[in-house]
Order: sequence, then structure tokens, then C-alpha cells
Amino acid sequence: MSGEVQASTEEQQEMQDTVVSPEKAEEVKLKARYPHLGTRPGGSDLLRKRLQKGQKYFDSGDYNMAKAKMKNKQLPTAAAEKTEITGDHIPTPQDLPQRKQSLVASKLAF
Amino acid sequence: MSAGGGGNDVQWCFSQVKGAIDDDVAEADIISTVEFNHSGELLATGDKGGRVVIFQQETENKSQPQCRSEYNVYSTFQSHEPEFDYLKSLEIEEKINKIRWLPQKNAAQFLLSTNDKTIKLWKISERDKRPEGYNLKEEDGRYRDAATITTLRVPVFRPMDLMVEASPRRVFVNGHTYHINSISVNSDNETYLSADDLRINLWHLEITDRSFNVVDIKPANMEELTEVITAAEFHPHQCNTFVYSSSKGTIRLCDMRASALCDKHSKLFEEPEDPSNRSFFSEIISSISDVKFSHNGRYMMTRDYLSVKIWDLNMENRPVETYQVHEYLRSKLCSLYENDCIFDKFECCWNGNDSVVMTGSYNNFFRMLDRSQRRDVTLEASRESCKARQVLKPRRVCAGGKRKKDEISVDSLDFNKKILHTAWHPQENIIAVATTNNLYIFQEKVN
Repeated sequence: MSGEVQASTEEQQEMQDTVVSPEKAEEVKLKARYPHLGTRPGGSDLLRKRLQKGQKYFDSGDYNMAKAKMKNKQLPTAAAEKTEITGDHIPTPQDLPQRKQSLVASKLAF
Repeated sequence: MSAGGGGNDVQWCFSQVKGAIDDDVAEADIISTVEFNHSGELLATGDKGGRVVIFQQETENKSQPQCRSEYNVYSTFQSHEPEFDYLKSLEIEEKINKIRWLPQKNAAQFLLSTNDKTIKLWKISERDKRPEGYNLKEEDGRYRDAATITTLRVPVFRPMDLMVEASPRRVFVNGHTYHINSISVNSDNETYLSADDLRINLWHLEITDRSFNVVDIKPANMEELTEVITAAEFHPHQCNTFVYSSSKGTIRLCDMRASALCDKHSKLFEEPEDPSNRSFFSEIISSISDVKFSHNGRYMMTRDYLSVKIWDLNMENRPVETYQVHEYLRSKLCSLYENDCIFDKFECCWNGNDSVVMTGSYNNFFRMLDRSQRRDVTLEASRESCKARQVLKPRRVCAGGKRKKDEISVDSLDFNKKILHTAWHPQENIIAVATTNNLYIFQEKVN
């Protein structure tokens, strides 16, 4: 009996929070869209993603395999995938940044 | 012109805009840093394409005081190139994260520019004369046939059109495993610091093959990582003191006299949080994106996602002033998280006499926060207000309810138009505001 009373008090508190805090209302919205969102919000996942910016995996064996495959069929374009590239993705020469051939002047300098 | 009041008794007028007008912005043209030098005569910008453009203020025409001094292109060069670290399988962007000027010591100007991994010291020097009258060479450089030389002459220096040359004098490599977010020149004018996500290094400007690690917050087990370094700066006068901010909204002040390794802070600045207000977004929006000491060295300013805070260096437990930049965004945090805007890193800056601070927002809006008069104004950098000496009109955002005339509703704001980088002339009321790919220069209205 007391358990049920407790639950309804909590529900009341949450309702109050939604009215009182716009931030909490936004949190409820987010959790509704992404129910599996991590329990440690600002924590390790976000930080690790930040630290791994720019990381690609490159292995000469995979590279040669990919080159061979390219002759037979088109590889899916990975350019759209700006998020973490795991070991599953095989970078090709096209994915790597090209060294600038010539200096293109900044448009601010005109 | 004095630095004067600033914020609200000052009327700001359009002066100049640099960059292309078209809406199709190439990624390389995205401005990533803006910085005046110590005299304000030079204004440097860095972009995502690794290029630096330096503007110089034209010397004012004393006979025509109405004529506003303009900034014109002085020098431009490619500072950094894209790289691929094959050993670590890491793509290194050429984007210039920060530019910091050295105080001028001689005729040449020096600046430090950095991307994610490498810091470079650039010398910018003028050449306005060249030697002429060589005996063995023609003026165009071709060698003369020695047999045709019958007389000797002494080469002389003759004036030539001004040429500004930029040359890399030092390259500071391999100091950082993680991505560099800040550089700061020490008041001793001999050393500087560079900070990445987990470490801060101290360098000597002359020495490129060694640097001294002063802060290391990398946990033994990376699974335990809870916060990263977001910005760092040396104190403007005390060469032993620097601060660094974190993704958890704290600032640590370190004294290099206390110990060689400054893992233990001398002061910890943190505003206590109301636990009942805590939400999923709390930590993310508390992350400090910029920290700047005041010119007088008594205060520091921090910028987090929604506010600007002024801290007295003698008081650690709370800021002395808090200003809301765009509080109306608090009820939009869900969509701002989804479109990644919640991670945007806004910078902030002080005016010359520390009475007004400025920071950017969305929709090409920027905010002037007057500390002395406790007033604030929102202005816009747009092509519509580009008429010479046109006074900028204050802008207002309607958070909800009935929208008044001249107000813009929150839902109409363009979140792709971000002003992340702004700079204030050290002495005068001249500001440089960077939109995505344009640099606006505004000046105080002179009657």
C-alpha cells in the first residue's frame, strides 16, 4: 500500500518537474525518442568519441584486398559516414585526404 | 578614440565585410579563429583550409577624422596542410584552431598558429627595398657573361613596392597525442603553453625538440575518463600562473612555482549545482568552451553553452557575474542535441578596459554584455546592414507567446549561422565578428 503511495508521489514530482523546468521537459522528449540512451549522459561515450576524432584504420593487407575488390564491384561510398570508422571499414586511396596540389587563396584576401 | 563605455552608450556601425557573398560555402573557407595583435594594428584570421589572412589597419587620415581607418589585406599564407599519420592511422585536419600574436620586439611581427597536432611560429616581415646593380647578374637574375664585364660597380639598395613575407621560423611537432584546443603566450615572452584534451605542455619559443608537460589528466584506465580539458590560458601578467577549463564546467588555476607538474591545482573554480535541476543535458551545457583573463588580470570569463560567467580570481565558489546569452534555447535542448549544435564551441572576449564582454550566438547574432551598466544588447552580422556607417539595430528574440513586430521567433533562428569567433581591438571600439565564411568589422559611431 505504502509502495503505491510512494509511486504516485514520484509521478507527481515528475509532472511538476515538467512544468517547472524546460530542461527536464526536453530530457523527457529525448528519452522518448531514444529510449536506449546511455545512463551516463555526459560521460565516457561522448568523451571517447571526441578523443577519437580523425581516427581511421589502415592495414596494407586490407588495402590491397580493397583495391582488388574495387576492380570487380563498386565499393559503397564511405564519404557520407563522418562518424567513427571502425576496423570494419576499409579505407581506400579516395578516402584519404589528398595533399593540396596548388595553393588556393582564401576568399577573405580579396 | 578611447575604449570608453562600450556596450550600450556605444552605437555600432558597419565598417567592412571580407569574404565571398555567395551562399555556397566551401569547407575550406570556414573561419576558425580571429585575433587582433597587441596594438590592434593587425587582425589575423585562420580557416578550415589551413590558411591565415592578416589585415592591417590603415593609418588614419588626421585631416579627415570622419574617415574610418580600414583593415586591408596585409599578408596571406598557407599555414598548415592536411596530413595522415600512418603510424597511428590518424587523419590530421589542416584547420587552424588558434592564432596567438607575440608582442612586437622589432620590425617583424610574429604569431603562433596551430592545428590539431602542430604549432608553428611565423615571422611576418616587410621588405621595401632591394639590392640593384650586381656585377655578375642582370636585373632579372640571369648571369652575365664574365667576359663582357669591363667595370666594377657597388650594388645599392633601391626602394621597391612593399612586399610582406611570411616564413615559418619554428615548427613544434609531436608534442600532443590528443587534439590541441588552445595555445597561450606567456607574459615572459619566452614560453608558451599548448593544451590538448588531456594534457598541457610548456614550450620555449626557441626550442622545438622538447616540451615540458605541466598538466596530465589522463586516467590510467581510459574507461574511467570523465572530463577533458577544453581551454587554457596564461595569466596576462603573472608568468607563473595559468588556468584551464574542463568539460564539466570547472576551471583550475595552476601555479608553476608550486610544483613542476601542476596536476594539483592551486585554485578550483566551480559553481555548485542545484541537484534538483540536474538533467541529461546539465553536464553537456556546463562544458566550458572558452576561458579568457581580463586585461587587468583580476578576473576571468568563461563561456558555456547558454551563459557567460565572470569570475573573481579571489573567489572560487561562484562567479561574480552571470549573463544569459540565449536562455530561450533551454527549451530547445532536445533538437539541439540531435543536430549536434549543443556541442558548438563559442568563444568570448573582453573590450580594452574590461567593462564590456562579447560573445556569439546563432542566426548570426552576437551579444554585447555591459558589466558596468548591467545592460545587454543583441546585434546581427548580416549582409542587410552592410551600408557604410549604418548603425546596427538591436535584435530581439521571442521565446514564446505573441511575437512582437521586429522580433524573431526561436523557431525561425538559423542554427547553421553561428558566430563562434569574435575579437575586440585592444584599445579602440573596433570589433571583428566572424560568421561562417565572412569577417565583419564594426566600429563605434563617430559623430
